[in-house]
Amino acid sequence: MAKTLIELTINGEQAEALVESRTLLIHFLREQMNLTGAHIGCDTGHCGACTVEIDGMSVKSCMTFAVQAAGAQITTIEGIAGADGTLSAVQEGFRMMHGLQCGYCTPGMILRAHRLLLENPAPTESEIRYGIAGNLCRCTGYVNIVKAIQYAAAKINGTPFQEAAE
Amino acid sequence: MIPGRFDYHRPASIAEAVALLASLGDEARPLAGGHSLIPLMKTRLATPEHLVDLGAIASLKGIQVDGDDIVIAAMTTQAELIGSALLAERIPLLKETALVIADPQIRYKGTLGGNVANGDPGNDMPAVMQCLDAAYEVVDEAGPRRIPARAFYFGAYDTALQAGGIVTAVRIKVPPHGHGYAYEKLKRKIGDYATAAAAVVLTVADGRCATASIGLTNVSETPLWAEEAARILVGSTLDTATLDRAVAAAESITNPASDMRGPAEYRTKMAGVMLRRAIERAKSRATA
Repeated sequence: MAKTLIELTINGEQAEALVESRTLLIHFLREQMNLTGAHIGCDTGHCGACTVEIDGMSVKSCMTFAVQAAGAQITTIEGIAGADGTLSAVQEGFRMMHGLQCGYCTPGMILRAHRLLLENPAPTESEIRYGIAGNLCRCTGYVNIVKAIQYAAAKINGTPFQEAAE
Repeated sequence: MIPGRFDYHRPASIAEAVALLASLGDEARPLAGGHSLIPLMKTRLATPEHLVDLGAIASLKGIQVDGDDIVIAAMTTQAELIGSALLAERIPLLKETALVIADPQIRYKGTLGGNVANGDPGNDMPAVMQCLDAAYEVVDEAGPRRIPARAFYFGAYDTALQAGGIVTAVRIKVPPHGHGYAYEKLKRKIGDYATAAAAVVLTVADGRCATASIGLTNVSETPLWAEEAARILVGSTLDTATLDRAVAAAESITNPASDMRGPAEYRTKMAGVMLRRAIERAKSRATA
């Protein structure tokens, strides 16, 4: 069972690597590419901590093989901030709205929110909750995560953000 | 959890995929979206020696009109079903169903072909396809065939698809303009399979139900086409007494397992509740 040479683009940079067929994308990213931002949570496709972007789709990287990503454009949490370190609108929202506590789910949440806002730049609260339904957080109760995404949407759209009353 | 070792194949055409599956035999499995197969491989409940990835076959993508039918290629994802303006206009039941399958990430990867071909009674699209009287385009060593969804499912993971065959497309006759439709699904949480679910398509003319079709999800070893329940609806005004009889007829053909989603009696009753809601919503959407 020979290894396969794959070429792909990760966070805008060309990469090539030899992978075993059975290597899951999350293990490839973390262990071969040293991109440890995406987390392994449940390892069963439920929690979304391993979410990365593949060719414009939010994908659970624990449920796809690295060989399947040959030729793909991948974005991980390491590629979300600007080259100079400026936080993205979503990252800033999570910081300003205290959208995290332990932080374990946060890379997946931010990758998912990033794609959600690209597809729907002005989501309602229920659209946000439906849109992040594949990402579990065991700390926050989601209230501040929803606010963080609302903050990001307002920033992206240049509209005023008003914090919802408790 | 690491899957067992396997060889990975990425054919570029249907013919190449079918030839590969034939030559590799029982130890090969086709890979579509992977959200059923890869979890089984991670727990080593499945240990195929070869995976034939269908993801690079261009002809397995896309949604086309073909005369009175819409043909949806098998590797079309749930997200693509949701995003299709054509389907939203012509067969909106598909979008309504896809929106209650799994979660956003899984809908980007999960395919219609995988959902209908796998034979998992928990999958939502098989009952919807029985409701719509869809047919599956299948290719195996014997060549291309067309199998009605209502004749495809024999038991859990046991279907008319021969070993080495793949579903290449789903063909659906477009329901009449103005038809009513609904998919009602009870589930414990996002990402769960149905405790019970019901698909309904009906037409109304002069205040009476002219045609009706009903499919039920996850209340037997296979999806169920509730022929008798639908027959009861036809000709009625979809009044309460008629719905009571149709619901009773549908409940009588269920045979759910007692599991973590509830005891069998409860799941049968929930199938009835989902069916009643689906009929009422379909009725409210139908324009005579």
